[in-house]
Amino acid sequence: MDELIKYAPDLLLSFLKNVQIAAVCAVLSLILGTILVSMRVSPTPVLRAAGTVYVNVVRNTPLTLILAFSALGLSDTLGLSFSQTPSTNGFWLVVLGLSAYTATFVCEALRSGINTVPLGQAEAARALGFTFVQSLRMIILPQAFRVVVAPLGSVMIAMMKNTTVAIAAGYLAESAFTMKDIFDDTGVSIPIFLGLIVAFMAVTLPIGFFTGWLAKRLAVT
Amino acid sequence: MTETGNATDRQGALVVLDNVNKYYGNLHVLRNINLGIERGEVVVVIGPSGGGKSTLCRTVNRLESIDSGTITFEGRPLPAEGKGLARLRSEVGMVFQSFNLFAHKTILENVTLGPIKVRGIPPKDAEKRGLELLERVGIAAQAHKHPAQLSGGQQQRAAIARALAMNPKMILFDEPTSALDPEMVQEVLDVMIELAGEGMTMMVVTHEMGFARRAANRVVFMAEGQIVEENTPEEFFTNARTDRAKDFLSKILTH
Repeated sequence: MDELIKYAPDLLLSFLKNVQIAAVCAVLSLILGTILVSMRVSPTPVLRAAGTVYVNVVRNTPLTLILAFSALGLSDTLGLSFSQTPSTNGFWLVVLGLSAYTATFVCEALRSGINTVPLGQAEAARALGFTFVQSLRMIILPQAFRVVVAPLGSVMIAMMKNTTVAIAAGYLAESAFTMKDIFDDTGVSIPIFLGLIVAFMAVTLPIGFFTGWLAKRLAVT
Repeated sequence: MTETGNATDRQGALVVLDNVNKYYGNLHVLRNINLGIERGEVVVVIGPSGGGKSTLCRTVNRLESIDSGTITFEGRPLPAEGKGLARLRSEVGMVFQSFNLFAHKTILENVTLGPIKVRGIPPKDAEKRGLELLERVGIAAQAHKHPAQLSGGQQQRAAIARALAMNPKMILFDEPTSALDPEMVQEVLDVMIELAGEGMTMMVVTHEMGFARRAANRVVFMAEGQIVEENTPEEFFTNARTDRAKDFLSKILTH
């Protein structure tokens, strides 16, 4: 217990990095996922194919490899740099990789939602003279989102926990690495383990409850 | 015996289908369809299930594509896609069997969305006109409810108001009363009869023979993908020319 109290400030600060990464990734992956699903259901074969290839490649690649590619491939080899400060650069490389990865799950959740929207909704929109983009934006996606709020909650919970593999992109400031660092100094501490678990649950449980509540509230009767 | 008349007789018509064919795989669902619809005309399409009636109706605003032949609207061929097709559809209203009101929008939003987003009409004006139309079809009191809160008959009347809100040159009705409970059929037909009386151009796929008698200028009888007979309602119901139509009528009128 003493170790937990002693290292609590370090752990908490590094845990906030996990929360920051997750917050930015939530926004980016929802936007990118929506763009991807729009491609996958579009009438243009090239866009459909591009969306399908992206989702199938990225979704089936281990996240650690994607993050390593983000750091070693995009940043070191191709010279992509967000900042001169290594930790800031690392932060954004993690955000980039994790968003690109999570967006594929957002896309597939949304696509299953789109499949639940009756075909007649799209036909009615087309019959009124809506373009494909208008009908997707105003009629199809709003109804698809309502259906998949709860599954999207699960995607976001998984994404929050996935922030702990940020070290794969060379980012060392997040909490799982900090914990391991502390263990290297002081030996393994069960209270620190439990403390970190509690911290994660303090974020992920509310995501689950909130999206569950929202799903019920938004359900189209 | 098939009475169709050739395309040159129908130059002035709003919609002209000329030698239209459509296949679903090996199934020939529309066979050499020739049909013209004049401005202000009410054409009722009847016939046995699976005869191609709905498919025919849906080709007019290109919800169904065709494999050969031509369809013209106001003398111009239907655009295949893109903005041109969207513009055509905005001028041809459609009322579906299953209403297809936007489930996440209120009744008033359903009626105003098209005018606002497609026509660019200011929301205030669209709402004013939307409420007038809802008043006209008798459901102004439901304006701020969602579709699921309305009865089938009310939903279908809202769908008619939604089509009218676009000031269409024509409205397609694809079995508008087939999904309704029997006691709600008449309230929808009443709205349609009123529209017909006001000179709206209508193509109506229906099993409602009463509506055909009262409101139609012409009856088109379809079976196996072909137009078997075109006739006035009076002639068709009392003295059909073809055996296929007589057979069909004997089955539905004597039950």
